[in-house]
Order: sequence, then C-alpha cells, then structure tokens
Amino acid sequence: MAPTPTLAAPPGDVARQGDRRPRRPLRRSPALAGWAYAAPTAIFVLIFFVVPFLLVGRMSVSDWGLFAGNRGWNAPENFTSAMDDRLFWPAVWFTLKYTVVTTVILLGLSLGLALIVQESTRWNGLLRTAFLVPGALGLASASLLFYALYSPQVSPLGFLGIDSFLGTPSAALWSTVALIVWRFAGFYMLLVLVGLQGISGDVYEAARLDGAGRWQVFRYVTLPLLRPSLALCTILCVTGSMLAFDQFYILTKGGPDNSTVTIVQLVYNMAFGGQNDLGRAAALSILVLIALLVVNALQFRNLRGREG
Amino acid sequence: MSRNLLLRTPQHVLTGALAIIFLFPLAWASVASVSPQAGTAQTDGWGLGNYQTLADYQAGIGQYLFNSALVSTLTVLFTLTVSVLGGYAFAMFRFPGRNVLFLLTLAILMVPYATLLIPLYVLLNELGLQNSLVGLALVLAMFQLPFGTLMMRVSFEAVPTELREAALIDGCGSVRALRLVLLPAVKPGLITVGLFAFLAAWNDFITPLVLISDSDKVPLPLAVANLRGQVMGIVDYGATEAGVVVLALPCVLLFLALQRHYVRGFMSGALKG
Repeated sequence: MAPTPTLAAPPGDVARQGDRRPRRPLRRSPALAGWAYAAPTAIFVLIFFVVPFLLVGRMSVSDWGLFAGNRGWNAPENFTSAMDDRLFWPAVWFTLKYTVVTTVILLGLSLGLALIVQESTRWNGLLRTAFLVPGALGLASASLLFYALYSPQVSPLGFLGIDSFLGTPSAALWSTVALIVWRFAGFYMLLVLVGLQGISGDVYEAARLDGAGRWQVFRYVTLPLLRPSLALCTILCVTGSMLAFDQFYILTKGGPDNSTVTIVQLVYNMAFGGQNDLGRAAALSILVLIALLVVNALQFRNLRGREG
Repeated sequence: MSRNLLLRTPQHVLTGALAIIFLFPLAWASVASVSPQAGTAQTDGWGLGNYQTLADYQAGIGQYLFNSALVSTLTVLFTLTVSVLGGYAFAMFRFPGRNVLFLLTLAILMVPYATLLIPLYVLLNELGLQNSLVGLALVLAMFQLPFGTLMMRVSFEAVPTELREAALIDGCGSVRALRLVLLPAVKPGLITVGLFAFLAAWNDFITPLVLISDSDKVPLPLAVANLRGQVMGIVDYGATEAGVVVLALPCVLLFLALQRHYVRGFMSGALKG
C-alpha cells in the first residue's frame, strides 16, 4: 500500500552479512537459500500474474471468443469496437461521477469521524468499533444487505419518505454511494486516525500559545500535517471507485436504463454477460488499466509537487 | 466529575446517534431475518423459516458454506505459506533478482481484478483448473500476495537483529531458525495476513463469478446473490436477509475478536511509511 520506504535494503544488512557469513553453518550460499525461499513467490507471480498479464495483452489484439477461443490477430479492432460500444461513454462518465462523489463524501466524513474519536476514551473506543464493524462485511454482503434495506416490500426506511431508492438514475447513484460510505467510512477513519496520532502534541501546544483558535488550529496545523494520510485515502478511494463492480452488479444491476453501468461492469458484460467477446473485453480492461495508472501517476505527482 | 459528564452529554447523544446509524443496517438484517414478513418463508410469528429456505435452496446452504470454507481455508494456507517464505527471503537474504521480484509482487496491486480475470479464465482452462475451487483459491491467494509479502517482509525486518543472529550462531540452519525462532516472533504479522486473506476469500464476488460456472460449486456470496431471482422472479427478501446474516456473522465475530490486533496493525504497521 505504501511500499516505497521498505524497498531500500534494511540498514546494516550488508555489514551484518559480512560478519555472519564465515560463522554460518550453512554450506549453501545465501543467494541460493534466498532464491529457494523466494521460489514459491516467483512461481506464483509468474503463473498467476505475469503470464495472465502478457496473455491479456495478446487477447486484446486478437479475435478471441468466449467459447471459440483464439481466431487470430485483429488489431486494433477490439479497441475501436470497445470504444464504439454505445455504453462506453456513458459508463466512463458515470464511473467518473461516481468516483468524484464517493471520494469527496468518504474523505470528508472519515476526517470528521476521526476527529470525533481522536481522544482515547472508553466511549470513543465504542464509537470506533461501531464505525468499523460495517467494514468487516464483504462488499457483496453489504450490497445484498442494502438491496433488502432499499426494497419497497421490507424496507424499514419508509419514514424517510423516499419513493424509490433505486428507481431513478440519481436515486440509484446516491443509494449506492450511501452503501459505500457506510461500508468504508470506518476504514478510512482508521487511516486518518493513524495520521492524527502521528502529529506531535507540541505542535498543537505551540499553535495554542500563539493564540490560534480551534478552527485555525484545524485549518493551519492539523490539515496540512494530515496531508500524507489524506493522500493515501484519496488514492485508495479513487482506485476502488474507478473499479467499482460488486455494488452495482448486485444493487442496481446497472439500471435503471443502464444509467449505472460502470466501466468494469462493461468489461464483465463484454466477456461473460452476453457479448462473449473476450478480445474486446481484454482491450477495454487494458484501457481501464491505463486510465488507472495515469490517474494514480497524476495523484502521486500532485502530492509530491505540493510537498516540495 | 458530574459537571464534566453533564457538559459532555450532548456530545454523547450526537455521537451515539451516529454510532446507531452505522449499526442499524446490521441490527435490522439480523432481526428481520427471524421476524414475520409477508412474501417470505416466515409469515407469522418469529422463527427460522428464512434460514430453512436458505437450507433448501438448490444444493443447500451446507454445500455453499462448505465451498466458501474450503476456498477460504485454502486461500489462507496458500497466502501464508508463500508470503512467509517470500517475506523471509526478501528480509534476510540478498539474491539476484530480489528487488525485481519484490516490485513485481507489489505490481499486482496496480492491475485491476477484471484485467487479470479475463486471461486467468482462459489460463485456468488450459491448466485443467476451470470450475475448480482449488484454482479459485490459487487466484485469490495471488491477489493477497502484495499485502502478505509486504507485511511479512516488514515483520521479519522488525525482529531484533540479536535474535536473528543468536538463532544462526546456535547452529540452527536457516530453516530451523525460521521455524523455531522467527515464526513465533512474527506471529502478529501472521495473524494479520491470515485474517485479511480469510476475509478477502470469504467475501470475494467477482472472482468466483468469472471463474466458477457450476452452480453447485459457487461460494456463499454468489449463491445468496443468485437466490434472489429464483422464486418465479419474485425476490425472497427474507432468505436474502438470512443469507446476509450467515455471510456476515463469521466476519463480524472475527473482527470483534481480533479488533485490537487489526487496529494496532494499522496504527503501527506497514501503512506508517
């Protein structure tokens, strides 16, 4: 998740090996032993990640049916026909809208929740648990739960006076956002909490001595120092939302009128949901991958640029 | 003391209400699954009628629970084995290709599930693992490897150097050092990785949706999702609620039991960098 700092060799590794080696009872060289331990990882990564990754590239430029298999090259037909799909642009637009809405609401709410439960008291411990429990559910289970919760027949939410939770495009969007916020707010609260606890009390003390009010402390001390945590939340939330599938597949089934079809749903439909065209689905999924990489690269650059 | 309490009451009421909103859907599903409702198997009086529907659905809930349990167990097993050995290798040894392999493992995080599932569908067919719970568990374990490997590497690196060296000087080979000295020292990491792998495998939806086509072999989330549209197109919400309870119960219990661990893992663990 935040791998960069661990990429460097642990300090002292070289020195330690230097004085350990002569005494080692092992006859094999450390490099060989290292490879032996890493071999399962290598095999796993090779078979289930590298090979599929190369294969999806191959499939994206081939006429590849779900049942018919590979029927030869056809580049770049898969890419053009995927983009010509009548649901392509609506799906892109909807996915972006959903991503922005979800990220803004989730980040704001989890920041608020984290500030509420910041102090370690018994009561706050209970609150943290209450906010975190929905996160234990799988996304599919949570979606099924809200599917029943939103149903006209058994819904206990009649008092809200909402006619239909999933009947109109915007109702379906907001109902799904509510589900996602419920499911993930605790998780992002936890990430913000980690950031909050990393801020030294001295900083607050200094701000208070300088006569800063509560709002000023929040605006000019807490918020800037929380930037790394909030950035991590943003990246995770944007990535997750761009790849949204389960919640829409279960809750809205893309409806009403295909208004809530996300881009990953379109990939699934192209491959397995009727079109049975693995080649076109592969091409679209590569476009998704590129979009994801570009968005994340922009976010990282933005983050770094502002820090510097 | 009492004045302090009085001052804090409005805050308690507000935050308490917020907590109730978060707990409400789960509480409602549990109660609704056993309460009388028109259009479900439990029309009058309280009882387990909805669970009975679930038990009788197609292959029976027992079969789906078994599928889920098997897939989750295998996924945890694969993930722990591979990431412990890999984490040990990355933390303790230098070997050619070490950084490349580590980066490649982390790169799994960057690729969307959908992008990998399309070729994996074809590949598993080639390997004779189509429609197989073992194949499903292998794929799910692969998705867990970035987190597992990173977590285990960090855990092994956090073991005090003296302990590692003592184990080797005492004449242990690297295998015995791992088994007798280091594994107990990285137990918190093992629990975290195992818990995450279990929850991910138990709850995953899109992977079995793509890889498993035999309706008797689907794990529980898919079975419950399929069950909704079965009875003449009319959705049995009672059975859905019961299914949600069965799905959620192990996760919520595990979370509550290991909560301290989970929260602390985040507070001090891999995410700090």
